[in-house]
Amino acid sequence: MLEIRNLHVFYGGIHALQGVSFSVPKGSVVTLLGANGAGKTTTLRAIMGLVRPREGAITLDGRSLLGRRPHEIVRLGLSLAPEGRRIFPDLTVLENLLLGAYARSDSAGVARDLEFVFSLFPRLKERVRQRGGTLSGGEQQMLAVGRALMAGPKILLLDEPSLGLAPVLIAEMYRAFARLKAEGRTLLLVEQNARAALSLADYGYVLETGRIVAHGSAPALRESDLVRRAYLGV
Amino acid sequence: MSIFLQQLLNGFTLGSLYALIAIGYTLVYGILRFINFAHGDIFMFAGYWLFYWFFIFQLPWWLAALLAVALTAGMGVVIERVAYRPLRHAPRISLFITAMGVSFLLGNTIIVLPWAGGRQKPFPTPAFMTQVYTVGTVRIQGVTLWVPLIAAACLLALLFLVYRTKVGRAMRAIATDIETTALMGADINRVISYTFLVGSALAAVGGILWGCRYPRLQWDMGVLPGLRSFTAAVVGGIGNIVGAMLGGYLLGLAEILFVAFLPHLSGLRDAFVFGVLILFLLFKPTGILGKPLKEKV
Ligand SMILES: Nc1ncnc2c1ncn2[C@@H]1O[C@H](COP(=O)(O)OP(=O)(O)O)[C@@H](O)[C@H]1O
Ligand SMILES: [Mg+2]
Repeated sequence: MLEIRNLHVFYGGIHALQGVSFSVPKGSVVTLLGANGAGKTTTLRAIMGLVRPREGAITLDGRSLLGRRPHEIVRLGLSLAPEGRRIFPDLTVLENLLLGAYARSDSAGVARDLEFVFSLFPRLKERVRQRGGTLSGGEQQMLAVGRALMAGPKILLLDEPSLGLAPVLIAEMYRAFARLKAEGRTLLLVEQNARAALSLADYGYVLETGRIVAHGSAPALRESDLVRRAYLGV
Repeated sequence: MSIFLQQLLNGFTLGSLYALIAIGYTLVYGILRFINFAHGDIFMFAGYWLFYWFFIFQLPWWLAALLAVALTAGMGVVIERVAYRPLRHAPRISLFITAMGVSFLLGNTIIVLPWAGGRQKPFPTPAFMTQVYTVGTVRIQGVTLWVPLIAAACLLALLFLVYRTKVGRAMRAIATDIETTALMGADINRVISYTFLVGSALAAVGGILWGCRYPRLQWDMGVLPGLRSFTAAVVGGIGNIVGAMLGGYLLGLAEILFVAFLPHLSGLRDAFVFGVLILFLLFKPTGILGKPLKEKV
């Protein structure tokens, strides 16, 4: 399981994370909710080794991830579908997916995961030879998620996978996540879309200007005044 | 052979050498967004390695050539490691200036090295390059035959590497997005080292083939071929691998045809090449195949 303790991140003088703590137990779906600029992406970037925290601890199954480089963290079992998808536009869909498995040497496992990604997102299979840049926004998001799955991660990190997608595509995306959950996979789902995220998650944390201001089981958060007012708009 | 065909073949041969060197500029620019000014000196060094292993240490030519390519490729890797990597997050201008410094360092190293020095040295041309082959009724000299063939074989091998292997995929990925390539589990420092290895190895092959055609060595012999190949990379679209090859062949052909058909202007050969460079930079800075490249942060 993934443990974050008292994480502080600075961008120059900006104190972006001010003591964030949470944990992602094995086999669960945990969501991190927050408005734009709350520090969600920064949290994920710190976990993946893309920004260096000034203080705090990040451990995966008891092993510290601090000071490790991103490719080492991928090898230890985390992978991220980043904000804005960041697919490689000049590479084909298949090449994008295979890059996701760069750190792996078990070709049988890679082949199996490729089939799994295609069963999760059949549209990717129809477009394997197409360049990533020619996909629609929804397909690019599927590719970003599929590519992260190709790493065969212990925990899959998702940064706002519903951002900019039409409601039917969000529903399609979340059906895929529900399937991952049903298989017992572990997800850390970062969202502004609290309604979608809380429909899937077991547990949630609310981040505001770099601090966790609320946390609880998904049903409890759905009923809490803070979440209802600020994120569900009721 | 008719004069025209002969000139075409000359242009093609010269172009294949430009293509070999241009790849290194374009690979590095694609990833790190700077012009590696030391690349021409890397090209020059290959000839001197061969000179040492063949003349001074008396190894067989083929072995000396292999060692020269390997050592030159290794130099590219070391230069990146010690001179460029510490500046990965520095402003681009620091990299430009450092590359110039490395270029001066390499040239001056030759001047002070024993047996090399500032004066011109002979290049060890192997027998198969000077031999005359008879193909049907056509008599053809080894260089004319082997230089374009070996160069083309290396270019094909590069295309295979870049488009059909795992590390090639990472090399293409890293050129669009370094950070996301790291998120794929690729050690970006290794991919970048690999890129310098490949670019420098091709320049080394280019340097040796160049020596077979123009058999003399001098410490500053990399400057003009380097600038012309850089022009080729710009013509093809800097950052684009196929573009660098295309640009190399086009520039080689254009240069030879310019000299062949306007012999009284042959002194202006380099003015012609750099005129092409300036025209492209002014009117089509993305080259023939290139796309506008974003400035990376
Ligand atoms: N590279 C950066 N440089 C400076 N400030 C940044 C940078 N990235 C994010 N920030 C700031 O850090 C805070 C948290 O940003 P971010 O983690 O992207 O939030 P979220 O993902 O929740 O929208 C914001 O105030 C943002 O402006
Ligand atoms: Mg964000």
